[in-house]
Amino acid sequence: MEQTTKCEMLLTVNGEQHSVIARPADTLLFVLRTILGLTGAKPGCLNGDCGACTVLVNDVPIKSCMILAIETVEKKITTIEGLKHTPIQQAFVEHFAFQCGYCTPGFIMNAHALTKKHPLASDEIIQEWLQSNICRCTSYKEIEEAVKTVLANNSASLNDNHF
Amino acid sequence: MVPFDFTYHQPSSIQEAIQLFQTLQQQGKKTMYYAGGTEIITLSRLNLVFTEAVIDIKGIPECRTLRFDKNYLVLGAALSLTTIEEANVFPLLSKAASEVADRTARNQITLGGNICGQIFYREAVLPLLLTDSDVIIAGKDGLKQLPIQQIFQKQMRLHPGEFLVQIMTEQTYLSLPYRSIKKRKQWEVGYPLVTVAALKTNEQIRVAFSGVCPFPFRSQTVEERLNDRQLPLESRINEALHHLPRPILDDIEGSAEYRLFVLKHTLFDIITELEGE
Amino acid sequence: MIGNSVIRKEAWDKVTGAAKYTNDYIKAGTLHAKLVTSRYAHAKIKEIDTRAAQTVPGVRAILTGEGLPLTGEDLRDRPPIAFEKVRYHGEVVAVVVADTLVQAEKAANLVRITYEPLPVVGSPREALKEGAPLIHEQLGSYQKGIGTYPEPNTNIAHRTKIRKGNMEKGWAESDVVVEANISFSPSDHAAMETRCAIAEIRPDGYIMIHASSQSPFMIKKLISSYFGEDVGKVIVHTPLVGGAYGGKTPVQLELLAYLASKAVGGRKVSIWNTREDDIITSPVHIGLEATVKLGCTNDGYLKAAEILYLFDGGAYSDKAIDVSRAGAVDCTGPYHIENVWCDSLCVYTNHPYACPFRGFGHGELSFAIERTMDLLAEKLQMDRLELRMKNAIRPGHTTPTQVLLNNSNVGNLPKCIKRLRELIHWDDWQRIEIDARTVRAKGVSCIWKTSTVDTDASSGAILTFNPDGSINLISGVVEIGTGTKTILAQILAEKMKMDIKDIHVKMEVDTQTTPEHWKTVASRGTFMAGRAVLEAADDAIRQLKEIASIVLRTPIEDLEVGYGKVFLRDDPTIYVDIKDIAYGYKYPNGNAIGGQIIGLGNYILRHLTYLDKETGAGKPGPEWTVGAQAVEIEFDKRDYTYKIIRAVSVIDIGKVLNEKAAIGQVIGAMSMGLSWASRETFLFDRYERVLNPQLRTYRPLRFGEHPEYVVEFVETPQIDAPYGARGAGEHGLIGMPAALANALSIAAEVPLNELPLVPELIWRKKKGEHHGSI
Ligand SMILES: Cc1cc2nc3c(=O)[nH]c(=O)nc-3n(C[C@H](O)[C@H](O)[C@H](O)COP(=O)(O)OP(=O)(O)OC[C@H]3O[C@@H](n4cnc5c(N)ncnc54)[C@H](O)[C@@H]3O)c2cc1C
Ligand code: FES
Ligand code: FES
Repeated sequence: MEQTTKCEMLLTVNGEQHSVIARPADTLLFVLRTILGLTGAKPGCLNGDCGACTVLVNDVPIKSCMILAIETVEKKITTIEGLKHTPIQQAFVEHFAFQCGYCTPGFIMNAHALTKKHPLASDEIIQEWLQSNICRCTSYKEIEEAVKTVLANNSASLNDNHF
Repeated sequence: MVPFDFTYHQPSSIQEAIQLFQTLQQQGKKTMYYAGGTEIITLSRLNLVFTEAVIDIKGIPECRTLRFDKNYLVLGAALSLTTIEEANVFPLLSKAASEVADRTARNQITLGGNICGQIFYREAVLPLLLTDSDVIIAGKDGLKQLPIQQIFQKQMRLHPGEFLVQIMTEQTYLSLPYRSIKKRKQWEVGYPLVTVAALKTNEQIRVAFSGVCPFPFRSQTVEERLNDRQLPLESRINEALHHLPRPILDDIEGSAEYRLFVLKHTLFDIITELEGE
Repeated sequence: MIGNSVIRKEAWDKVTGAAKYTNDYIKAGTLHAKLVTSRYAHAKIKEIDTRAAQTVPGVRAILTGEGLPLTGEDLRDRPPIAFEKVRYHGEVVAVVVADTLVQAEKAANLVRITYEPLPVVGSPREALKEGAPLIHEQLGSYQKGIGTYPEPNTNIAHRTKIRKGNMEKGWAESDVVVEANISFSPSDHAAMETRCAIAEIRPDGYIMIHASSQSPFMIKKLISSYFGEDVGKVIVHTPLVGGAYGGKTPVQLELLAYLASKAVGGRKVSIWNTREDDIITSPVHIGLEATVKLGCTNDGYLKAAEILYLFDGGAYSDKAIDVSRAGAVDCTGPYHIENVWCDSLCVYTNHPYACPFRGFGHGELSFAIERTMDLLAEKLQMDRLELRMKNAIRPGHTTPTQVLLNNSNVGNLPKCIKRLRELIHWDDWQRIEIDARTVRAKGVSCIWKTSTVDTDASSGAILTFNPDGSINLISGVVEIGTGTKTILAQILAEKMKMDIKDIHVKMEVDTQTTPEHWKTVASRGTFMAGRAVLEAADDAIRQLKEIASIVLRTPIEDLEVGYGKVFLRDDPTIYVDIKDIAYGYKYPNGNAIGGQIIGLGNYILRHLTYLDKETGAGKPGPEWTVGAQAVEIEFDKRDYTYKIIRAVSVIDIGKVLNEKAAIGQVIGAMSMGLSWASRETFLFDRYERVLNPQLRTYRPLRFGEHPEYVVEFVETPQIDAPYGARGAGEHGLIGMPAALANALSIAAEVPLNELPLVPELIWRKKKGEHHGSI
């Protein structure tokens, strides 16, 4: 019986602790969406191919359809619901970097991590990171512009610090 | 969605892992070692993997080492590919690994998982084959160190209950001239049409392949033909192609004939460049 | 307001994870269904054994195909669940309903189906061969709609004929003739949100459906008509949709969810496609085999076109018939040809069944026509753009279905071509060798498209007011990503001369409270719903003025509405605030007049007709958007690999309503067109099973593979459209495959008439050429 195989796990999501009861075989994506009601991370393939389910685990972008919830116990999980008025969200809005918006949470999580980890990312690094997500609506050019705006502001503020 | 249940175990030592495996097996449970988990989770969905217990080896310190020990670079099997790329202590491996899947997926895919997995490209093994690396394997009789060529024949030949702990690569190999080229059906992301990794040592070029056959390989005969400098390069390549293992992959990524066409040019570029160095 | 790049109304919801799609609404207590699908492309179902599956804990029902009505929009040929035989790989054979998805999947794995394989049909040409296996033995007995002509005892679901002018005369006048065969297999829309439907039948008999769909109003009508339910009792909710591109127009999962709910006593059941099911089980992007023969004079004037389109409709005709009809309607591309013969067939094969794809048959037909145009230019040794310019469709010409074009119902193609020529520096070079291995080349194509919607398609809009004078805008357009609802708000803000932030748009569609918008397709949202919104605004303005005229004691004619007020035209200091009259006006002593204002508007397309069965004559759509496109590539002559450097579109959009949104629609469509043309296709084995039903192996374009995009607009207003705007949601896609193929054919110096244009294809063609045997 299924019930007997479930177990309790303590997850830290967007700074809050949640005790959830789930199967060890349940993915983080499933637990976030179905048990915690955080539907921002999207299922697009459940196969690691599309990136719509990307969340941050200890600040590293991870495809939440390919990781077990139980693996993330004692780790820091950040979902799109945990981002509030970040520069990358603002830039996505201003640059029309989405249409249907379904790929957007995953793209933003990845791009957010990118701009944090590589505040001055080169074109090669941007490409390497953002290749992990598929967007079917935009031409990617809009997303590129959004990310580069945030990076340009990063470099501007880094320069400011020097003075 | 994994359509079956398994129990999850997270040992913190090699011994504990081995014992767990024995115990679970005695209980009659089908058990698997679990590293990045990406293959186990995604193939379970498709009913291509079934297990009743998984043993996550990421909590085992030895599986996460990344250090130099005497003349060797020691890499833990549970290191993610991006960790290895970023440390960049083994440039050829960084390069080959960086072409696998996509960046986010590589935050999870582990070196050991890539080499031990079912998905037969196993591209990260190519640099290990070229550098005659050793593997450290844990089993019920303890640890053993073996040359990779001995245990990796098309795939890892592990006994039930064994797992890959570390890879050891002699430091001298790390700074040798190398090339690694992945050609896909089209553009930047996806499985290989052909991947060729090469290393130059003592004026000899070593070559390993993925995507050419349904297994990665390094072949002595192929290398001999390629290094036979009596002949013009084109003939050497043609000879080498004749001595490739069979079958040549003929699938949705590309026909066998086209793969050979691409392989020929890829080899040409790699050898021309390496011989020029 | 008009022309401004207003940020879409739901933008912040979409960047914070607050935006909800159908699958986000699945609540605890909902049952889950899992589809059991066919492993064969064509087989008899001998037995379905559900005994083992039934024993899985949590299983509530297992549905199979017996006793269900046939379905289909033009032709009822499809059982919702396969019955007696399967006709494509991935067809639904059973549906398992259980408490949890895991249980449903476990049980689905245990359903044992015994098949007897049948010979398969793998392409339209094979399907038409003498003695080809029949996919629908009962074709003659299927119920069909007006204008649908199946041919019993064949694999032809429908044939549209175009007979215009006199072919004999046309060929006689032609000095130069070319003929080309082109082909491509079906592929997929691959919207990032896979399709999802949730159904519940309430104790009072109301059927509540939540669906990720472009056609919520069609779902309601079809469930009513297939299953005899009262149409008013079917209520369909559609929240935001995560990409559609035509793929969410057909009604499929909704029927299954309804049946599943019925099987479990009306409980709420959700069906959510896995990516694999979404790719092959649900309808796909159509394939095509075509033969195009064009004749022209020595100076390049087209005189005759003979065109055969064999659309690969797959196992069921559903919307594919309509796509094949659209292919006939605009069969010649945007060129003036007096003598046209075209047969456009919707052919059954054992492939997944097809439905509209962004461009609705036009990306497909353009590939055939524009490749042939390039071959013709080569034969004539004429500049490729000049040939197109000479024959460009203009006001005064007639279309293949003999509609006379005027300054309003067609855009300005010559102007688009002229601008394209400048933008791509066409006259500088068209092919240059950069070094021994590298060539750059430019390819061009022209596009046109009308929207072949139902002749009585209509759209409605309702405006209600809030106590602060702000307006709620309610329209049946589904927000699939096109931003149409924001554009409607812009149209309304312009009309009411008010701040767009005071317009509140209802994003969700609910067929009970939202006025109908026929279907969110065919780039028709802005035109039809825009007209309805304008009419609703007029209605509200009339009512506002009526009350204000009493309050202000002036004739209605002296009043104007704007800036939140109704004011005197000649003295704006005399006014009444809208907020004080929108819910009736209250005099100081408590007396009230007026009452709440509700603005109503609707629009129905006018003068559309069915096509004549023998000649195709008739008016299929309201207007033709035109444009010219180009692709510049860099090609490696040794490896046959290439990069797309630049893609350019000049489109006559009538009027730009929201500049960034319009550019976004066009480049998004261009990207999809390039992705399709360069890499997307189903790969079949010899049993016609799809080998790549995953995004791992069916690989759309990724970040960094995108070229530079250049978009410019020409503005020739469509007089009867809101502010003159023409449809443009699809047009960016249409010419991309042909422009890419033209560029590559020029670079590689070999005709490339197939898709997708992967290096292996070019290699194969070049090799064939060396051996002199293509
Ligand atoms: C999206 C995606 C794209 C991919 N693209 C590529 C590609 O381009 N090229 C390529 O080469 N591969 C590719 N792969 C395959 C991938 O490298 C393998 O599936 C790999 O197994 C995943 O590593 P993991 O650590 O997640 O493995 P897991 O899922 O943890 O394990 C996979 C298998 O290896 C076994 N295993 C793992 N670690 C060990 C160990 N230390 N000792 C013994 N056995 C072990 C497990 O028992 C299991 O059988 C792709 C995979 C995905 C998900
Ligand atoms: S849903 Fe996780 S990568 Fe697609
Ligand atoms: S915005 Fe629709 S998929 Fe990216």
